[in-house]
Amino acid sequence: MARVGVFVCFCGANIADFVDVPAVVAEAKKIKEVKISVEYKYMCSDPGQQMIRDAIVQHRLTSVVVAACSPRMHEKTFRKALSDAGMNPYLLEVANIREHSSWVHQKDKKAATEKSCDLIRMAVAKSIANEQLHEISVPVTKRALVIGGGIAGIQAALDIADARIPVVLVEKSPSIGGRMAQLDETFPTLDCSQCILTPKMVDVASHPFIELLPYSEVLQLDGYVGNYKARIRRKASYVNFSSCTGCGACWQKCPVKVPNEFNMGIDKRKAIYSPFPQAVPNKPVIDAEHCTMLLKGKCGICAKVCEKGSIDYTMKDEIVEREIGAVVVATGYDLWDPKPYEEYGVGRFRDIITSLEFERMVSANGPTGGVPVRPSDGKVPKSVVFIKCIGSRDEAKGIEYCSKICCMYTAKHAILLHHKVHDSHAYVFYMDIRAAGKGYEEFVKRAQVETGVTYLRGRVSKIYQKGEKLMVRGEDGQLGQVVEVEADMVVLATAIYPYKDNPDLARLLGISYDQYGFLSEAHPKLRPVETAKAGIFLAGCTQAPKDIPDTVAQASAAAAKVCGLFADTTLKKDPMISVVNPEFCSGCQNCINVCPYQAIVTEDIPLGHGSKELRTVARINEGVCQGCGSCVAICRSMAISLAGFTDMQIINEVVAI
Amino acid sequence: MEATVKDQVVSAEKPQLEAPPGWQPVIMGILCNWCSYAGSDLTGTSRTQYPPNIRIIRVPCSSRVDPWFIIKSLQTTADGVLVSGCHPGDCHYITGNYYARRRFLVTKKLLNFVGLHEDRVQFSWVSAAEGAKFAQVVAKVTGAIRKLGPLHLYKKENRSQ
Repeated sequence: MARVGVFVCFCGANIADFVDVPAVVAEAKKIKEVKISVEYKYMCSDPGQQMIRDAIVQHRLTSVVVAACSPRMHEKTFRKALSDAGMNPYLLEVANIREHSSWVHQKDKKAATEKSCDLIRMAVAKSIANEQLHEISVPVTKRALVIGGGIAGIQAALDIADARIPVVLVEKSPSIGGRMAQLDETFPTLDCSQCILTPKMVDVASHPFIELLPYSEVLQLDGYVGNYKARIRRKASYVNFSSCTGCGACWQKCPVKVPNEFNMGIDKRKAIYSPFPQAVPNKPVIDAEHCTMLLKGKCGICAKVCEKGSIDYTMKDEIVEREIGAVVVATGYDLWDPKPYEEYGVGRFRDIITSLEFERMVSANGPTGGVPVRPSDGKVPKSVVFIKCIGSRDEAKGIEYCSKICCMYTAKHAILLHHKVHDSHAYVFYMDIRAAGKGYEEFVKRAQVETGVTYLRGRVSKIYQKGEKLMVRGEDGQLGQVVEVEADMVVLATAIYPYKDNPDLARLLGISYDQYGFLSEAHPKLRPVETAKAGIFLAGCTQAPKDIPDTVAQASAAAAKVCGLFADTTLKKDPMISVVNPEFCSGCQNCINVCPYQAIVTEDIPLGHGSKELRTVARINEGVCQGCGSCVAICRSMAISLAGFTDMQIINEVVAI
Repeated sequence: MEATVKDQVVSAEKPQLEAPPGWQPVIMGILCNWCSYAGSDLTGTSRTQYPPNIRIIRVPCSSRVDPWFIIKSLQTTADGVLVSGCHPGDCHYITGNYYARRRFLVTKKLLNFVGLHEDRVQFSWVSAAEGAKFAQVVAKVTGAIRKLGPLHLYKKENRSQ
């Protein structure tokens, strides 16, 4: 006979204000199997857990139901309480009466109370069918995969490698460095981005524990925490890196010109190129989409000028496999495309540029040698208008969220403009100035007071051409009047936006993403670097817009998580996996077809006891099974059962109310 | 084939003219742990309100849902069933929701064939970020079941009659 204890939580006022907890407790007492039903203010607190532990011993409970918040929140806490009392932790069921009742039926206490009673009845019924389960121990491969070689990936890789854990760093472009390498100076200190980044890039390349795979992408990730297997495509570079010295003769002589992505297409690069002078590795690659030798079989100049004979046009993409235990995803961000702002003349007026284009122009190694110029006529602009919140905070045309860094980089751009063109003047149209961060508000003040940038609070309604100038018409909300500013150039502070292929990457890794494509963290406050999939962590702008200090902090946090995961030689795995009862298995192998992890194999067992004839049955590889239950529902003989979610448990729930 | 099956739905389930006073529909919600259950948790965290008629069962994946659970619910406790999983392509277990989708199409045809109104059993895809959508789905399903009235057909207590 089952002996169930029911523990109902007030959750302070969260549950108690909207659910009649004493009535729920009384109702739970009426269930035949329930031997004790009590309430407490905070079940998750230590006295609350002590109550559970005491009751288990005192009432010789066979299962425990905690009616509180979502099991996604505190299931672990209460499982631990059970095992502390000497009970198998999987004899716990959580009735989610907060997220599923008190918080969503706040206007109807009676209905919320009834629903809570039902949820408890269901949980009690399920718990009666619960079985003792034991965690599975699996070995760990102590090697981490870092995807993305921007500042987030670099920091994470260095931190993990410094703990003497091997790291595979995969970067899709020919060099690591990412967006930060494109920046000129960084707010709020105006230190040179390259100067602080390149030493770290060199560290990555020379670190004995880091295997750098540039010009590569992750194709597939199989397995589970501690035991992933990654398939990585090393794109053909057509250059033999081991003999190439990076002298640059090839790209100087290459006749094919292609818009330069690193400089946001402002100038041209060659078909054989190294993205920027400080690139790591500092070896060129051939862009197969544009090289005439690869496309038409004519040219071959680079091979002729290469003294080392490093050019190899026959090179093919190579697939490499690495066994890894954990993944840090740090794929960074793209910029939001400002095309919808037609009234600004985006696409029509050449002197409207994006913030990253401006950043490249003012950069000393940029296409214009560090001086901003008008794309239309190459003249140095004297009057520049910066428009903030392009895309961000615009529900009508763009996205709802605040892109976080635009206020700061626009202040930086205005200051840099003044540094580079002394007799220039900057105007900033803004909605709000969001400068929360160490030294950030002071930096904006510096732009306004020291540099004398004119800040105009209001949206720009229209940009039109008048002679050589662009007329920017907007509202000055503080004066309450329409203003028109004559500008030589307009810079749009475009929002941080996730890469288009983020959802594909998320699917490949088996993690979730939000409506924009940012990868989702496991908990917005308390698990900001973990994903819902064990062993996969996030760092940087792939999760949400961030500035460099936040990105570096998150990367180090992800590295700490990886090191924590690898602290032991084995990992504990949830025992909620499928089990085959060979007695019932007919050997139809339908389960093998539906298993997404190839976790099911066949084995031959004697037809009967002591029989020499064999029959084929399915067997689950418990290290590989992830516990989805596809095989259970497909099995016609009902031979497969999913621990923790058996047919009996679910049917018990269904019929309980 | 489609037409024949539809023709055979002899509207065994007559429209409920008058539900008993105070009647509230019971809807069994079977949600996958990774998307829809997390989404329904988010509905709670954001305090988005929805009708209190749904009772939620957590399963690891929508592919774990055996049609048996749906049929058993309708036979015993529920007036309607909602099954919800990850969006196609976004399954935590890679392909689970595709199997679920196919299985439910067949289940729905079967239930239709035996005379249940097709709105009794509904499927939706709610991601972990779609708290507001979950509330909308529940409101929509509850409204539909309320319109159909209590489910008597095939309820066990009616068998002897």
